[in-house]
Formats: sequence, C-alpha cells, structure tokens
Amino acid sequence: MPDTVIRVENLSKKYVLGSNGSPDGLRHVFHDFVTAPLRWLKRRPSHPEPQTGNQRALGKKPKADHDFWALKEVSFEIKRGEVVGVIGRNGAGKSTLLKIISRITEQTNGRVEITGRVASLLEVGTGFHPELTGRENIFLNGAILGMGREEIKQKFDEIVAFAEVEKFLDTPVKRYSSGMYVRLAFAVAANLEPEILIVDEVLAVGDAQFQKKCLGKMQSVATQEGRTVLFVSHNMGSVTSLCTRAMWLDHGTLRQSGLAKKVVNDYLSLNPSHALKVDFSEIVRNHPDTRLRIQSLTWLKDTPPQHDQPLRGRIEFTVESPVEDLTVGIGFSTLEGLRLVTYETDYQDGFRPGLVMPGTHSVEVEIPSLPLAPAVYSLDVGCRSGDFYALDYVQGAVQIEVVPGPTTPGYVVRQDGGVRLSSRWSWNLEGESCKAESAIV
Amino acid sequence: MGKAPTTTLILDPGRAVKNYWLDLIHYRELFLILAWRDVLVRYKQTAAGAAWALIQPLVSIIIMTLIFGSVAGLPSEGSAPYAIMVCAGMLPWQFFANALSLASQSVVNNANLISKIYFPRMIVPASSILVSLVDFLVACSILVGMMIWYHFWPTWRMLVLPALVLLAIAAALGPGLILTALTVRYRDFRMVIPFLVQFGLYACPVAFSSSVIEHKLVMKFGAELGERIFLCYSLNPMVGVIDGFRWAILGGSRSFDWPSFLLSLDLTLAFLFLGIVYFRKTERAFADVI
Repeated sequence: MPDTVIRVENLSKKYVLGSNGSPDGLRHVFHDFVTAPLRWLKRRPSHPEPQTGNQRALGKKPKADHDFWALKEVSFEIKRGEVVGVIGRNGAGKSTLLKIISRITEQTNGRVEITGRVASLLEVGTGFHPELTGRENIFLNGAILGMGREEIKQKFDEIVAFAEVEKFLDTPVKRYSSGMYVRLAFAVAANLEPEILIVDEVLAVGDAQFQKKCLGKMQSVATQEGRTVLFVSHNMGSVTSLCTRAMWLDHGTLRQSGLAKKVVNDYLSLNPSHALKVDFSEIVRNHPDTRLRIQSLTWLKDTPPQHDQPLRGRIEFTVESPVEDLTVGIGFSTLEGLRLVTYETDYQDGFRPGLVMPGTHSVEVEIPSLPLAPAVYSLDVGCRSGDFYALDYVQGAVQIEVVPGPTTPGYVVRQDGGVRLSSRWSWNLEGESCKAESAIV
Repeated sequence: MGKAPTTTLILDPGRAVKNYWLDLIHYRELFLILAWRDVLVRYKQTAAGAAWALIQPLVSIIIMTLIFGSVAGLPSEGSAPYAIMVCAGMLPWQFFANALSLASQSVVNNANLISKIYFPRMIVPASSILVSLVDFLVACSILVGMMIWYHFWPTWRMLVLPALVLLAIAAALGPGLILTALTVRYRDFRMVIPFLVQFGLYACPVAFSSSVIEHKLVMKFGAELGERIFLCYSLNPMVGVIDGFRWAILGGSRSFDWPSFLLSLDLTLAFLFLGIVYFRKTERAFADVI
C-alpha cells in the first residue's frame, strides 16, 4: 500500500474575473459570432503568419478581464492517516484547493494524485429534498455523499436509530423540526467511510450543532480509524486540537507547512488576532439581528495580554439602529470552547446604557489582573440587549495568546493554561518540618 | 462502490476522456437515484398526482383533434381515426418537449450539488430525460385506451416502437445537452426554451400528418422540387421520430419513408455527438460558472 495518499504538484488555478456568466458574456458570443466572417476576411489576405492558439485566445477576450490566480504552484504530500489543517485568510485559496482535490473544479496547471475514496462532509442536509420522506432522503443523501445503495441498506437501521426518527421515517422532511433534520443529516454523514475525508468548515457552517458533531466525527475518524483528513478552518483552536499537521496558504501559495501548533503560532503572530488590535469586522456572522456589530478589540498596552497583570482594552462597535439596555462582554475560552472567564459591562453596578443611538461607539475595560495562565485561548466577544437577547456574538473566531507576566512562576509557564489565581494559604506543619524560605534552594 | 480496490486517481488539467466514461458507469446509482427523486417529487402534493402525466397530453390531443381534424378538416393517415394519429405524434413530441425543458433546467436546479460534490455532470440532464421517459410510458396508456375505444388493432409494426423510443431519447439528449450547458452560462435560455417548445409543436407534424405538408409542397412546387423541399423538412430530427411512430402505430398502406427517416437519424446522431462534445468541453467549468 502506498504511504502517500495525496500528492499535489505545482497546482495552479486561474479564474478569469469579469467575464464568467456576466450578462456581457452572451453579447461577446453574439458579437464574436457576427463579426467572425469579417475578421476572417480581414485576416486572410493581410495576415499570413499562423496564429497560435494562445494568441487567438488572447485576441478573443477583451483586455478588461483580469486573471486571478487562486492557487499558484502549490506542492505537497499527505500521508495515510494524517490529519492536516489548511489555514489562511479569506481568499487564500483554501476552498479552491479542496474543490480541486474533491474534483468539483479543475485546475489550470499542475497535477494531483489521490489514492483512495474521497468524501466531503457537506453543509447540513446538502441534497436533502424537502418533499421526500426521511426514508427516501437517507437513500438520496447517501448516494450524493458517495455511498452505494447496498451500503446504505446495510447501514439503514443504524442511521435511523442514530437519528432517532423511527416514527417519522415516512414523513416528508419539510415537516421535521430543525433538530430532527440535523440529526438525520448527520446520521447519514456519520456513516460515511471514505479513505480521505474532506471537511471545509467554511462550507459546513449553518448549524452550530451540526458543525460540532462534524468536528467530533472528524476526530473519531482520524484517531480511531486512522483515516486521512483534510480540514479547512478559521478556528485555530480546532486546527491545533484536531490536526497533526497544518498548511498555511497565503495568496494562493503554500507559505508554511509543518507541525500544526508551530504553523498556527506563526500564522497568528503575523495576523491581527495576535496583534494588539483584533479586527472582527470581516468575520461572517450568522446572527440575523444586524442592529449592532462589534468592529474591533484593541489592547491598550504595548504588550500582548500577560498573566497576573492588569489588562486594558477597548471594544469598538457600530450601531445601525437604536439598541436598548446594552451590555458588552468579552470571554476567554479554551481552544475546545470551554469558557474560562467572562467580563461584562453590566457586572459593574448593574449599569446598562438605556438607549444607544446609531453611530460608532466604544467601551473600555480594565481587568485588574488577568487570571489566565500562559497559553493560547480563544476569544469571544458579544453584545446583548437586556438579560437574554444577543445582538452580536463572535465566538472563537480569533485566538489570543496570553504570555507570562513578571510574577508568573516558571512551572506555570510549562503547564497547559487554565485559570491561575493568587491566594492566601497558611501552613500548619508538625514536628521538624522546615517552615522557612530555605525550602527553596 | 463499497470496498472498491483503492486505485490512484490522477487529476491533470483536461483529464483523459477514458476516465470520464468509466466514471459515468461508476456513478450510475447516483444517476438512478436522481431520476427516482425527480419522479417522486414531480407530482408530490398535487391532488391528481401522477394523473397529470395523462391529463396534459390527453387534453392537448383532444384540442388538436378538434381544431385540426374537425374544424380544419385535415385528412388523417390511412384508415386511422384522427385522434389516434394525433396521439401517435403527441406522445413522442411531449416526451421530447418535456425532456428538453427538464434537462435544460436540471444542472441549474441542482447547483448546490454541482458546486459541492463531484460526479460526471452528464448524469443530471440524462436523469431528467429518464424522468420524462417515465411520464411518456405512463402517457402511452392513453394510446392503448384510444385504440380500445376506436377498436383500432395494432400490427406487427408495433414491435419497432422500442427502437423508435431509443431514437427519441437520442433526439432529446443531443439538443438537451447543448441547451443545458448553455443555460448554465447564460440564463437567457431559460426564457428561450418555452418558446422553442411552443414553436416546435407546430414545426413538427404533431397535430397533422406530415403527408399534408408533403402534399401541399408537391402541389405548389411540382413533384420533384416539392419532394426535395419536403426532404429538408425532415432535417428536423423529430419529424423522423414522429413519422416513425405513426408508421409503427397506425399501420395502413403508407410505406416507410426511408430517405427522410435516414436524414432525421443522421441529424439526430450529429446533434448527439455535438451535444456530448460541447457538454464535455464546458462541464469542467460548471462549478465555477454556476
């Protein structure tokens, strides 16, 4: 059995901006068609030199179209059983890469070799038909994900039991509750057995519950079954916790590839999430309420957040239409998403501005002493109106590295993070026990 | 699929054709399932259900018979009642028209699949032709009903029908593929196809016998020139198919018109070839364009 399951050599993909499918396109076709005889007449006597295909193609398209290289000469290899994270900014070519590997689109240049069956985890219920019953959709969705009919038949009972939809098997899925819908969609996807699993978190967004389950599935596929996983994500936490290796794509080129933790660290150190200002404006939210958007968080100190040191920050947000009883908060979670500490404006005397009018506003926070031990945390910021109504919430979109402060003991630095608070202790030791500082020598 | 041996798949720009046809076989289950889905969905939440596959052609046949047979008083073919002659033309025509409109929309309607998973794109329009074929087979019961009603008994020529159905499929697939590919890039064709279908109903000898046309041409241009012009009429692939259907179903004295049939056949094959080539050429970019 070959050890390399995916080999990519000099892979490039060009998009022509401007002409594809635009209304103009058809006019060009008609124009070309009508003027073709004219051009042919013109060309024949006076231009005897042969035209190469390339020149022809250039002459055909108006110069206004510009080429955009989504991928430029990317080469790498992926071994069996590796879990590889693909990271990079929006438009770096991550999704294009996955699309080429999963054969949805074709590269312009270069070569890809794939050994084994490739399957993608897709957005919840891709290919589900609302009019069809649960039973029918299991077969349909299975076939779309690449399972044979026999294979689905074998797993049918398992899928149904997992999704807990026995009673509704013959009900059209358009009458399902959203929970049932997601469970059914996931149950089919969970029974995929590809050699290579492709997960594009960007594609799979939509339902947080579904996404979470998919990540869990990915982990079990990778760790227990030893399959190869290619994973695109903006969540550095998931990449470091799930992947062994990471590839950093930057403007279509492979900038760095190696140990996931190392690549993610390097990536973060060059990107705003690690810098003193964290920009949230470009992060896509699924939140339907658009009255308020958090724009940025700036640390008002020239060092990154330090353990056991004061931390000051300013959150900027824009308001589109008035919001009432506003609360702004930030929270630090582990990379797995478990919240460790939360700071909120209304924890201070219960004060909330009664009405905030449209405009750009900011609020400053001062944390007397940051209790987080040195490590990378995921940062959550949010705004709510009243007690429950969320106005905006950006969860885990960026990672924040907390670095050791002057008072941080050395042994804490080597631990895995968490909350470390100073506290008062008094010892009651018996006998010859040595109570003095001499214990530390 | 299942425990298929792991083979190494090589993706090159402009990959080999050989691979494609193998894939087409490999993805036959998806092809069938997509067709099955569309058949199931087609008449869901309609009170009449699959009866619509009967009602539409039946009503058209009745109207055409009344207008062209009774009002205009056009002759039928041989001894066949006018209604049966219209039916023998209407069935393949409706199949063709349905197949063309369904196929041309199919890729666009499945955009979410096209942009997310790989499969040979050709199975999408092909599966919608299969859906039309199911409708066609259901509608064939109209013909059976009419034949019983008029006590019109079939001859051995009926045995040729399966071959003619295959020809009709080929006739629909060729232009279908071209229109599908064009619709992906230019949604204008969404507007064009209904016109095309409406116009085609009168351009093809559906509501009247092609011998009426032939007769008129001979009257006007004389025997020799008229026959030649009539041959041009057979450039329309559906003329061959419909005349073939009539020959097989109506029986009668009319002999099989080989020259015009062969011309239609040639054109059908040419369109099919062109359709496949054009579709193959453009489908690689479907996910980028759609």
